[in-house]
Formats: sequence, structure tokens, C-alpha cells
Amino acid sequence: MATDPWLPVAHRVRRRRVETKDSATLVLAPVADRLPVFRPGQFAMLYAHGIGEVPISISDIPAGGVLVHTIRAVGAVSRALHSAEPGAVLGVRGPFGTAWDVDRAEGGDLLLVAGGIGLAPLRPALRHALEHRSSYRRVTLVVGARTPSDLLYDDELRHWDSLADVDVVVTVDHAADGWTGRVGVVTEPLASIPLDATRTTAMLCGPEPMMRYCARTLLGRGVPDEGVQVSLERNMQCGTGVCGHCQLGPLLLCRDGPVVDLPVATPLMLVKEL
Amino acid sequence: MTSAPMTELDGLPLLAGLSHDQRAALAGIARHEDYEPGARLFEEGRLADRCWVVTAGCAVVDTDIPGRGRTVVQSVGPGELLGWSWLVPPYRWHFGASIAAPTSAVVVDALDLRRLADADPVLGYRMSRILVEALLNRLQATRIRLLDLYRHPDGD
Amino acid sequence: MVIPNSTNGLGDAVLDLDGLDALIGALRADGHLVIGPVLRDNAITLAEVESVVDLPAGWGVDAGPGRYRVRRRSDDAVFGHSAGPQSWKSFLHPSRRTLVSSDSGGFHVPDEPAAKYAFLGARACDIAAIAKLTQVLRSTGRTPFVVAAQCTEPGEVCFCASMRTGPAVESGYDVALTERIDDEGHRFLASAGTPAGAALLARLPGRAAQERDVVLAESDVAAAADRMGRVMPEVDLRALLAASRDSAHWESVAQRCLTCGNCTMVCPTCFCATTEDVTDLSGGHAERAQRWASCFEIDFSGLHGGAVRTSGASRYRQWMTHKLGTWHDQFGTSGCVGCGRCIAWCPVGIDITAEAAALTDLLGGRP
Repeated sequence: MATDPWLPVAHRVRRRRVETKDSATLVLAPVADRLPVFRPGQFAMLYAHGIGEVPISISDIPAGGVLVHTIRAVGAVSRALHSAEPGAVLGVRGPFGTAWDVDRAEGGDLLLVAGGIGLAPLRPALRHALEHRSSYRRVTLVVGARTPSDLLYDDELRHWDSLADVDVVVTVDHAADGWTGRVGVVTEPLASIPLDATRTTAMLCGPEPMMRYCARTLLGRGVPDEGVQVSLERNMQCGTGVCGHCQLGPLLLCRDGPVVDLPVATPLMLVKEL
Repeated sequence: MTSAPMTELDGLPLLAGLSHDQRAALAGIARHEDYEPGARLFEEGRLADRCWVVTAGCAVVDTDIPGRGRTVVQSVGPGELLGWSWLVPPYRWHFGASIAAPTSAVVVDALDLRRLADADPVLGYRMSRILVEALLNRLQATRIRLLDLYRHPDGD
Repeated sequence: MVIPNSTNGLGDAVLDLDGLDALIGALRADGHLVIGPVLRDNAITLAEVESVVDLPAGWGVDAGPGRYRVRRRSDDAVFGHSAGPQSWKSFLHPSRRTLVSSDSGGFHVPDEPAAKYAFLGARACDIAAIAKLTQVLRSTGRTPFVVAAQCTEPGEVCFCASMRTGPAVESGYDVALTERIDDEGHRFLASAGTPAGAALLARLPGRAAQERDVVLAESDVAAAADRMGRVMPEVDLRALLAASRDSAHWESVAQRCLTCGNCTMVCPTCFCATTEDVTDLSGGHAERAQRWASCFEIDFSGLHGGAVRTSGASRYRQWMTHKLGTWHDQFGTSGCVGCGRCIAWCPVGIDITAEAAALTDLLGGRP
């Protein structure tokens, strides 16, 4: 059935969980029709009635067409989505974009590096790795946040940290009272965590400069650039490659991204105002 | 207080640029220390006379701010250097430091380090290179933190 | 009389003005909304045409960088003009259209019947543009019936030949007309490009084409290829633009470019659009609409409260690089058809072919 690509599909907020002072996770259940299955790294266009649409990465993929999105309130639309209460109906279009190449990492080490809200798009990749744990050798998650209260999924972080076969490193830019963990930017642990460079697949997600600096650190340790993926972001409106807003040089990020291999991304990230 | 075993120094990426003999020379003046959480390594203003390489656990650099209390500015994890003020006059610590988790470290007295460098200028030069690179990495990381990349677009 | 069928090449029939009028009439009788050139507000724009008298007979244009004036011709040619401010994209990709509405009953797409257009007087460059637009947008409504006008008189800003999109139309049309005015009268060689075009011609009054008519028409179009107003440098433009990302040249264009976006409005392939959301006062009914956007708009690349491309240099670079370079990466073809509208309608007369030549020179001629 060929539906109009602009037609949102109704989803009801089943649950809302506050993550930090400006972000919340919504669990959305299809009202009737389901969307195709999302893959880690892909995004949906979430529509708040009368206000607008924004691209939000999928942050968990349970069964039954249920969608989980973590939303940071940074503009009019995301503020409306962020404050949507259980029972509210949102429009969803998707899945759009490219996925984290979890298959490429099989047989080797998986390193996930998340900065700030960047943990949200990486969480489904980590869950996938944990569900197929024997397909990977070392699995490492490095998380950076502004302050301890800005960390997403804190109970899950603690759970992952407790697992014997996952290494979790958490660091914050600014400590708070009672914080006994690392204080510093994500590139610092990347410089010294145990790493088998040539068998590592790294997936980086966070503010663009953070990904650039992390990539540089990893390349400096011998990780080949083909082994690194980043998640890039630009203004997105249609999600289907017809509005032109999400261009980054030769890429249409809604179609050729957001997940982009580092050899393609690096020259583009280095051009000012591209 | 025990001598730092060669295996401990051999396992440090920080010292990978040194030859076996050079690492052995360092081992001669280094010692292994274990610390419990809460232990205080140095205080702001006191004489800065040694440096640490953390091999496991976590040390933190802090300062006291009236009204905010003791505030951590930086953590130092496995493979990283703690303590720089011994390098330049007036050889006084600029910050304080304590231990945040059960920690092991290799410790070297500044005086012993300077004597070793004077006696073996080649080793001294190599160690300077190591220190400069570690300092540069710390500087760049600090600059990245100053960018406040995760802040809300509205500024707060 | 019945015009013999022929499905390709020039040489089906010769129509006079009455024949052209009959062509328009037949298309209208078939339920088409016929759009063609009309003289309006001192420009040759595109609007509904009801008969041959609506066409801008005897009007030509004088175009150049930053310049477009209609002028009286010495003959009564109806297709003797180029580089008008509008292109067929206005009909295939409307400047504003409602996408979705939402209310308590759910989300709905508008249920308007697609218009049935016939385009009269589309040039080779226009037809190439229609194909590119259709490829990018993947849906441009009902396929229009296309009556092409072969170019025999390129304008001063035209460079379709060096973009390999003209002056001859070779495909993408139902009927192609080549206008000629000489001692034998004002007539059009009409050839069919599709069975639908042949079927239409078969209903029109006219005479069968002779070899002489075909030879004259072909040589008129071939001569046009040698009289282009300008040329794009003969280099790999995709490689040129990719190598020029950090060129100092963009700053020099920025000294002149007003970032007004005229070029994107008149360009027949510029497709960028922005979505807008409105609600009624009660908030119960909301609509999402799409309107033309331009990469020159200051917030086109808005992200996290600021735009990625704020400088004029970066925005001009984006437009030109996309048009000539990254369009290849995204869609497998060039985005430019050589119509020259951007040159005429730029208030400061920036010439995309001159800028490409400047970039080529800066790279030593070899991108």
C-alpha cells in the first residue's frame, strides 16, 4: 500500500519518564497502523499537532511497533514533544536514514562513545550487542555528560556497569557533590582504555566537535578510520530527500546519514559552514 | 611502600617510548603505592615534590571555593599523570588532590627525577617529551571542556 | 487532412497559426489546462492560454547579466523569447501546497484532483529541468502533455549546449514545434515524440512535411547551438566544485552576492522547500504546508538555535556547489540545464558560467 510519505501515523504516549532537567523518554504505541521496524541509528519525524515535526533518533526498539524516543527540549516542537503526557497522540513518520553497522563489528571489539544526548541513538546499538553478546569480543561504552544530573538512563548505566562482559566508563565535565566518578571530557578515557585498535569498530554520537576530537584520539591510537562511524545532524524537514535542508556537501543526511563512515565524514566536518 | 616492579612500568603506554634500560632506571627511583578512597595526596600551597602515574582506580584534582566547598576539577585515571607543579618554581601545588576509588599508582620524587635527568640527559630529554605530550593532551581536553558542548542551546 | 503518423525525428506536419490554434483547442477539448507563454507585467511569464492570440506574438527579450527586457521583434514569432522569470516548476512543484491536515479524527492528506496540464512552448532546457525535478521529487502530479518549442534563437544568457541539454529537444515531449517565419509564411514544423502526440497531430489541419521543411528546421536548430550566449567551462564540474570547497573565490563572490535568492526562485530545478505548520484559533484543526525555500535564506540551515551557513560566501558556495557538483552525488546528473535565468535575474548580474571559469582558473585549469 503506497501511502503518502508526508502522512504521519498516529502513536499514543504510553509512558513518559523524566531523564534530566531538559530531557524525557517517551514510549509510543501505535494507535492502529505500525511503522516498519526501526534499526539502531535511524530516526523518526515526530509531529506535535499544530506545532511541527522534528527528527528524533530511535532510542529503543521493543516489539510490537512500539517506539521509544528520548527528547531534549530545545525548541518549540521538541518542547511540546518533551512534555507530552501519557494518552497524548503524536504523529510519527519513519524509519528514516542509515543505521549503525552492528554487523560489521561482529567478531571484533565494539566501542560506543556517547556525549550528552548522544547516548540516546547509541542505546539500541548497545542493546543489540548485548542481545548478541557472543558475536562480539570486547564491548565498551564511554559516556560523557555535562554534570552527573545530565546523565541519561542512570539505572541502565548502573546495570550495564554491573555486567562482567561490558566495560562502562562515565565521565562528567563538571562534578557535583557526592560524585566520586571521573571528571573530564570523553576524549580522556579514550586515550587510555584498553583497546585493540585494528579489531575495534567505534560508534560515536554527540556534538560534532566531540565526535571530531574523539575520532582524532582513536585514530591516534591506531584505530583505522574505516572502523569508525559518526552520527551527523543537519536541519531536517521531510526525512525523504525532497526538501533539500539536510544537505552536508554531497550527502542528504536523511538518506545518506545520519550514520556516516568516518572516511566520508571527516573531510566534510573539516569544511567551515558546510 | 614498595619498589615499583618493572612489569608495572612496562605496562604503561605513557612510558612506551622509553627503552627497557631507561624504564629500569626509572624503576629504580619509583615506588608502588596503594590508596583507599578519601586519602589526601596533596594540598594547595604545599611543597610540590613528587608526581604520580595512576595505574588503577581514580584520583581527583580539586580546589576549595568559599560557598561551593571542595570542587573537583579533573579526575586522573589509569595511565594518566597526576601532579605537575614540581616542574616549575615556586614548586607549590596549585590544587589539592585526593583518591576517589581504590587506587594504585607509581610514585616518583621530583628530586630523584631531576637527578636522574641530569645524570642521563638522553633519558631526561625523553622524559621531557613524555611530559610535554601529556600536558598537551590535558590542555586540549580542558579546552574541549571549556567549549561546554553539551550545554542547552539557550545557554544554560 | 490527415497527417501521416511518424513517431520519431522531425518531419510530421507543418502547421500555420490556425493549426497552432487548433492544437491549443484540441488540448483544451481533451480537458487539459494549457499553460504557455504570455506577456504580462513586462515579462514573458507562463499562464493559461486559451487560443493562439494569447501568445506573445512579436515579442522577444533582451537578456544579459542582471538584465531582462521585453522588446518588440520585427516579426510576429510567438516563441521568439527565452529566460522568462517563471519556469514549469511552478506547475509541477507549486510554490505552496498543503501536505497534511490533522484534527481529532486523525491525519489526512488533501484530496484534490491533480491538474491535467499541457505545457505549450517548453524548451529543451525546460524539458531537461522537468525530468530532473521529477526525478528528485519522485512525484509531481499527473504527467503533463508537453508541446516543445525547438530553440532557433538562443538568448544572450543561454548555455544549454555546453550543459548538453539543448538546443534540440530529443525526448520528453509529445509534440515538438519548430517555428519559422519567411517568405513562405509563419509556420511550425510539428513532429510527434509519442503516440499521444501523433494522435493529436492527426486531428489538426495542416500539410504533410516535405524533406525541405525538415532540413530547414534541423539547420535552424543546429545553427542555434553555435550561437549560444555563453558556455560553461569544459571541465568535470563535479570535481571542480568538490576541489573548491576551501577556495578563496567564495569570498569574492560574497562581495557581490546579495543572498536575495532570486536565482533559486527562477531556477527551473531548484526544489528546496520548507514546511510550515498552522492551526485554527481553537487549535483543533492543524495543517502542514510546504512552501518554496531557498538555501540563501539566513535560517535555511538552522540547527540548535543557529544556522550552519551564516556567511554569504557559504550560502553562495552551497547553491553553486549543489547545482553543478553535489547534485551529481545525490541524483546522478547535473542540476543545471543552462537556461541562464539565474544570470538574467540576479540583481547584480552574477554569472554562474563566469564563476565556474574563475574556479577553474584558480585550480590551474585542471580540477
